[in-house]
Amino acid sequence: MLFGFEWDTSSELAFAWSILPILLIGLWVTVQATVLGFVVALVLGLILAVLKGAPSRLISWPANVLCEFIRDTPLLIQLFFLYYVLPEYGLVLPAFMTGALALGLQYSAYTSEVYRAGLQAIGRDQREAARALNFPSAHTFTHVLLPQAIPRIIPAMGNYLVSIMKDVPVLSVVTVLEMLNVAKIIGDRTFDYMVPLSMVGGLYLIMTLVASAGVRLLDTRLPKQGLPLK
Amino acid sequence: MTDPIIKFDKVGKSYGSLKVLDGLDFEVKRGEKVTIIGPSGSGKSTVLRVLMTLETINDGVVYVGNEPLWHEQRNGTLVPAGEEHLRKMRRQLGMVFQQFNLFPHMTVRRNIAEAPVKVLGLSRQDANQRADELLEMVGLADQAHKYPHQLSGGQQQRVGIARALAMRPKVMLFDEPTSALDPELVGEVLNVIARLASEHDLTMLLVTHEMRFAREVSDRVCFFDKGQMKEQGTPDELFTAPKEQRTRDFLKAVLNG
Repeated sequence: MLFGFEWDTSSELAFAWSILPILLIGLWVTVQATVLGFVVALVLGLILAVLKGAPSRLISWPANVLCEFIRDTPLLIQLFFLYYVLPEYGLVLPAFMTGALALGLQYSAYTSEVYRAGLQAIGRDQREAARALNFPSAHTFTHVLLPQAIPRIIPAMGNYLVSIMKDVPVLSVVTVLEMLNVAKIIGDRTFDYMVPLSMVGGLYLIMTLVASAGVRLLDTRLPKQGLPLK
Repeated sequence: MTDPIIKFDKVGKSYGSLKVLDGLDFEVKRGEKVTIIGPSGSGKSTVLRVLMTLETINDGVVYVGNEPLWHEQRNGTLVPAGEEHLRKMRRQLGMVFQQFNLFPHMTVRRNIAEAPVKVLGLSRQDANQRADELLEMVGLADQAHKYPHQLSGGQQQRVGIARALAMRPKVMLFDEPTSALDPELVGEVLNVIARLASEHDLTMLLVTHEMRFAREVSDRVCFFDKGQMKEQGTPDELFTAPKEQRTRDFLKAVLNG
């Protein structure tokens, strides 16, 4: 029994059917961790991209080093660090929050590169027009560059969304009951790993296909010339 | 037409060993309409880009309205200007780009109204009204809600002119405004510029290859070569009786070509 659901081991099919609700509870956790991690990655990545592009070396250099560090160390180490070391300094977060934060942090290093590439792809003419019109540089960024960069970076960001989703099982090591962890517990108790793990694989496939389809839809819907300002 | 509104005093600019402006001396008087002609690489576009603060200079001083553009007075000496000074100086200038440089994600009206709102502090309503008046003036009153890619090149450039005018600059810079246009669309843009020239006391500095047009609208035409002003005069003087051999060669090449 898990989460109040009993499993029925009379046949494979009955077993699969009986553990589906349990796995779906895990799936919901996986979805939440993915969304939260992705949001963190989007926000933090944008901040990192801005810092990396700063005219002052004093700002861009530490940001570059930080990104490189995040990218070149395993997610698992960062997760352990946040989970076991931060509490020693009085910062105690629930396992789920810690996990989502670790995912977001790891992926912010990647999304910051996507932002940067997207921003660099905008022609010099746009910056020059903004300068000639005397736009404050923050306004140039938020109203000229970013709205034009966003449609271009949607496909790359979508890939990272799917990657984050596939990395969520890592959070099981800090006790988060995401889908794979739930499946493993069921396997431990019933000695049948085949069925729950296959189901997790199938459910993952459905999730990633849905996410990819959503990204593609967004990609075709957004005007290529930028988020419209009327 | 007394003191110069623009003055280049021995201005030098180079990219590595290539001198784009070579000790350039050049003046434009208040209200004057000046056309710069010359071969590519002569530094004529650079003059406009330096004035719009899109390119820095290496040597000399540029004055706009008697104030140094790229420098600030500090303790009696000229030091390179900070962004605040540049922002103040830039307000006096407006630029029309060869490739229009409109914001593709903004409607035509927003393209024009954005800077008056964000930079001059107009209300959105007042800025929109100003935009609509300018669109009326350039003959695009019915296109306010379209996006740039829905317009022809000539229409886009007229929006570009309206956008620069919306900031009420004292000096308008036109950087080859018709070079990127299909031949049949050149006329509509030149008409707008010609009307501006005749109806306003705006100072206009124009770089163009349209010689006939330069002749019609300019008070003075300057021939640039190798980063220097080689010759200047009224359109009649320069086009009918150029003194320099280099000017004659250039005019012969472009007028017959």
